[in-house]
Amino acid sequence: MAEEKKLFKVTIDNITVEVEPGTTILNAARQIGGEVTPPAMCYYSKLKGSGGKCRTCLVEVAAGSTADPRPMPKLVASCRTTVMDGMIVKNITSDRVLEAREGVVEFLLINHPLDCPICDQAGECDLQDLSYSHGTEGTRFEFQKRTFIKHNLGPYIQLHMTRCILCYRCVYVADQLTSKRVHGILDRGDRAEIATYIEKALDNDFIGNVIDVCPVGALTDRTFRFKNRVWFTKPVKAHRNCSKCCGKVHAWLRGDEILRVTGRKDQWGEVEDWICNECRFEKKNLTDWEIEGPADINRHSVISQGHYSGKIGTTKPTETFPNIMNGRQPKLLMDIHSVSEVNPPDLNLAAIPGPAHSGDFEEKKEISDKQ
Amino acid sequence: MGRKLLLEHAGVEGIRYYDAYRKKGGYASVEKALKMTPEAIVEEVKKSGLRGRGGAGFPTGLKWSFIAKPEGVPRHLVCNADESEPGTFKDRYLMEFIPHLLIEGLIVSSFALGSNTTYIYIRGEYAWIPDILEQAIAEAKVNGWLGKNILGSGFDCEIYVQRGAGAYICGEETALIESLEGKRGNPRIKPPFPAIKGLWDRPTVVNNVETLTAIVPVINLGGEEYAKIGVGRSTGTKLISACGNINKPGVYEIDMTISVEEFIFSDEYCGGMANGKKLKACIPGGSSVPILPANLLLKTAKGETRYMNYESLSDGGFATGSMMGSGGFVVLDEDQCVVKHTYTIARFYRHESCGQCSPCREGTGWMEKILKNIDTGKGKMSDIDLLWDIQGKIEGNTICPLGDAAAWPVAAAIRHFRDEFEWHVRNPEECLRRNFGLAHYADPLEAVA
Amino acid sequence: MEFSEEKLKKVSEIIARYPEGKQKSALLPVLHLAQEQFGWLSVETMDYVAALLSLEPVEVYEVATFYSMYNLEPVGKYLFEVCQTGPCMINGSDDIIAYIGERLGITPGETTADGLFTLKTVECLGACGYAPMMQLGKHYREHLTKDKVDAIIEECRNNAAANN
Repeated sequence: MAEEKKLFKVTIDNITVEVEPGTTILNAARQIGGEVTPPAMCYYSKLKGSGGKCRTCLVEVAAGSTADPRPMPKLVASCRTTVMDGMIVKNITSDRVLEAREGVVEFLLINHPLDCPICDQAGECDLQDLSYSHGTEGTRFEFQKRTFIKHNLGPYIQLHMTRCILCYRCVYVADQLTSKRVHGILDRGDRAEIATYIEKALDNDFIGNVIDVCPVGALTDRTFRFKNRVWFTKPVKAHRNCSKCCGKVHAWLRGDEILRVTGRKDQWGEVEDWICNECRFEKKNLTDWEIEGPADINRHSVISQGHYSGKIGTTKPTETFPNIMNGRQPKLLMDIHSVSEVNPPDLNLAAIPGPAHSGDFEEKKEISDKQ
Repeated sequence: MGRKLLLEHAGVEGIRYYDAYRKKGGYASVEKALKMTPEAIVEEVKKSGLRGRGGAGFPTGLKWSFIAKPEGVPRHLVCNADESEPGTFKDRYLMEFIPHLLIEGLIVSSFALGSNTTYIYIRGEYAWIPDILEQAIAEAKVNGWLGKNILGSGFDCEIYVQRGAGAYICGEETALIESLEGKRGNPRIKPPFPAIKGLWDRPTVVNNVETLTAIVPVINLGGEEYAKIGVGRSTGTKLISACGNINKPGVYEIDMTISVEEFIFSDEYCGGMANGKKLKACIPGGSSVPILPANLLLKTAKGETRYMNYESLSDGGFATGSMMGSGGFVVLDEDQCVVKHTYTIARFYRHESCGQCSPCREGTGWMEKILKNIDTGKGKMSDIDLLWDIQGKIEGNTICPLGDAAAWPVAAAIRHFRDEFEWHVRNPEECLRRNFGLAHYADPLEAVA
Repeated sequence: MEFSEEKLKKVSEIIARYPEGKQKSALLPVLHLAQEQFGWLSVETMDYVAALLSLEPVEVYEVATFYSMYNLEPVGKYLFEVCQTGPCMINGSDDIIAYIGERLGITPGETTADGLFTLKTVECLGACGYAPMMQLGKHYREHLTKDKVDAIIEECRNNAAANN
C-alpha cells in the first residue's frame, strides 16, 4: 500500500488549499490562481536560487502554523518562504502588503525610464503590468535617473541596462543552462549593473533564453527589435525537430512573416521549456516550422487585442465600435505625429541612448540624426 | 571604578605578546574548557546571559545551541571582525592591543562548537591587524594551544585570518560567509540559517570579536558568576567606543550599571563635552540606531535616569528610546547640524548597500539625494514627509537588516529634530553659510552643565 | 604578467586554508596580493587571477567591482583615502579634504600630474575616536590637522625622492 503523503493546509486570502510540504507560499497561491497570486519580478520557478530580491511578492503571515499560530512580525517574500501546516497568509486582503508593494513598485520605477511608448518590451512587460496593478499614478522622484549606454552582446542580444531591475534571472540562465558565463553583476548598490566588464559577446546555444526571462526591456532580441509592436503580431504555437532543444516555440507572425520566435510562456509568464539559439534566431521562415494553432494568450493582455479566440478567455469581444455607437464609424481625430514636439516622425527614438527627456530633446535629436 | 573583564590587562606592557599575556593568567580558560564537554560549555554560556556584542544582542548560548550536527559534516566558527558601523571601533582595539584574548576565546568557542577550522574575517581596511593576529596565532601554536591534539584532549584546531576588501555589508553574517567563499557580499535569503547551512553549506556560527573574547571570562568565572555582573538581561561588561565632541574619545569597558550621564560627563569615561560646549544629541549604539536629543538621552520619557544597558537604552521603543547596538557612542554638541549628520549617514548606507533588493538599492539612494538637497538649502517642506514615507517603505521590507539600518537614523532625525529640517527649508541661504542647526535642543541640558 | 615566486608561494598557502575544491575562497586575499604587486587590477591581472584559481574571468570582475578597496584604474603612488562619514565630519573632515585638495591641486577622485598622489573620499574606516583620519597604504593617519597633512605630504615626497 502506498504511504499517503501528508499534505499541508494553507489559507491564502481566505482560500484554503492543500499542498505538499516544501511548497512555497507563492507556489501554493499559484495553485489557487487569480488575484490571490502575488506578483513575482525576480522569482522564476525554473531557475534554481532565483527569487527573494525584488520584494514584490511580499505577503503577511497572519499565523505561522497550527502548531505555532503566532504571526510573523515582518512581511515575508512568498517566493522563498515555505508553507507550514495551518499557515494563514494575507496577500491582497492585507493593507500592509498592498502598501509595501506600492512602495516596491515606486522603488523599481524611480530609476526606470517612464517611456514605455518607445520601449520594445511594451505590451509584454512585467514591470508595466505591475505598475498598473500595484503602483500609483505619477512619480515623486525629482532627480536625474540613472542611465547607461546600450550594449550589443553579440549579434543577437542587446542589453539596455537603463531598463534593468536587477532580478538576476539572466545570470542564473547563464549559470544553469550554459557552460560558461561571461556576464554578471558588476559594482554594487544603486551602481550595480549587468555587464561583461569588457566587450564580449554572449555566445552559447542557450543564451538566447535570457531574453525570455528578462521581465523588462533590458535584454531584447536584436533580430526583432523595433520591427513591430507585439500587439500587432500574432503568436502561434509551432514546432520543429531540433537536435538541441525541445523545438516547441511561439512564432510571432505578421501576415505570413515570422518576425520573432520565443519560448512558450505559461500563464505566469514563464517559459515551458528552454529553446536554443538556432530555433530562436535563425528559423524565420514559415517552412521551418509546423504551425499548431494560435497560442494561448490571456485576453487581458494587449497582445490578444482583436486577434482570435483561444483557450484562456480569448473570446473576441462581439461589440465593435459601430455597434456601440449606433453605426458611427471611428474617425481619426488627429495624427499625434503632426503635433507632438517630442515624438516627430523624423526622430528615430530607438537610436537614442538612455531614456528620452523632453529637456534634452534637441541634443538627442542630433544623435539620432547622425545615426 | 567599574569591573574590567576584557581590558583588565590592556595597560600591561607587552600584553600584545604571548609571554606577558600568559603571565597575566592568559589561556587559563582553555585549560579549564578542554576538561569540560562541549555541551557543558554551551550551558555555561547560556547561564552567563551573554548577548551578541555585534549589534543585534541575540543570546550567544542560544545561538550556539542551534548549530546542526549532521554526521560527518565539518562545522565552522567564524569570527566577525568586519567592524564597520560608523562610531564603532572597539573590536579593532581588542585585536590590535590584546590579540591573544581573542585567540583564547576562539579556541574555547571552537571546541564548544566542534570547529576544527576557524576563520577570522576582518575588514580589509584594518590592513595591519592581520599581521598582529597571525603572530598571536603563531605564538599560540608554538605553545601548544593550537594545532593537533591540544593539551592532549584530542581536539584539533586551526585559526586563519581572512581580509575583506571594503564592504560594510560583510558584517551581516550571511554576506560575510559569501565573502569568505570568495563571492560578492550579497546577504543570503534566510532560511536556511547559517547554523544549518553556512560556510560551504556546512553548519556555521558567526560571532562578533567582542562576544568571542567575552567567552574567556565566562569560562574563567563560570556562567553564573558572570551573570551577576551587570543588571537584568544586560549581563557582563560591554565595550563602548565613544567619539564625537567629547574630551576623551576612546574605548571604554563598562559594567552596564552606570548612567548615560555618568558615562559622558565623568572623568573616568568621556570626560565631558569638548570645548565647554553643551550636549545636543547622541547616537548611543552605532550610526544605525536612533539618534536621541539630550533630554531623552539622559532621562527616559518617564523621567527616569537612563542607563548604559540594553533595556534602558531601548526604553520607550523608537518613539523615545534608542538601542545599545554595537556600542558606537557618537556625541554631538550644540554646534552640530543633525541634517548634515543624517545626510552623511544616508550617504554611507547608500554607498554600502549591496544592491540586491529593490527597497534598499533604490531607497537609500533616493534618501541621500533628498537629504543632500535639504542640507544645501534646496529642499522643500514636502521633502520631509517624503523622506518619512520612503524610510517607512524600506524598513522591514529588505533581505537583510541594512535596509532597517538605513531607515532608522533618518526616521529618528525627523522624529526628534523636525524643526531643524524645517529651518533648513526656510533658511536656504543661511544653512549654506553655516554648518550647524538649532542649538535649542541642547537647552534642557543647562541643569547638567 | 605573473606573480613573483614569493607571492605564488603565498597563494598556495592561502588556498591550503580551505577545503579541497573551495579555492574560490582565496579570491579576495589573492586580489589583495595582485594589487600589492601591480598597483591596481587591470583586466589582464584579473584574468591572470581567474586562471590561477580556475575561475571564470567574470567571477573575478564581479568580486573586484563589488569591494571598494580594489583599484580598477591606476592610482598615484600615495593614495590618500580620507574618511567623510558622520563622526569624522563632526570633527572637521570636510576641511581636511578641502585642504589636501588645495595642497595637491586636485579634487577627490583625481591624481596629481606627477602620478604621486591620489585623493579619494571614503566612508567610515572604523577610527571614529581618532577623527579626522585617513588611510595611507597599510596604515591609518589619525587626528589629522593641517600641519599633519603638510608633514605627511612632505614625508611622501621625500620617500618618493629617496626611492628614485
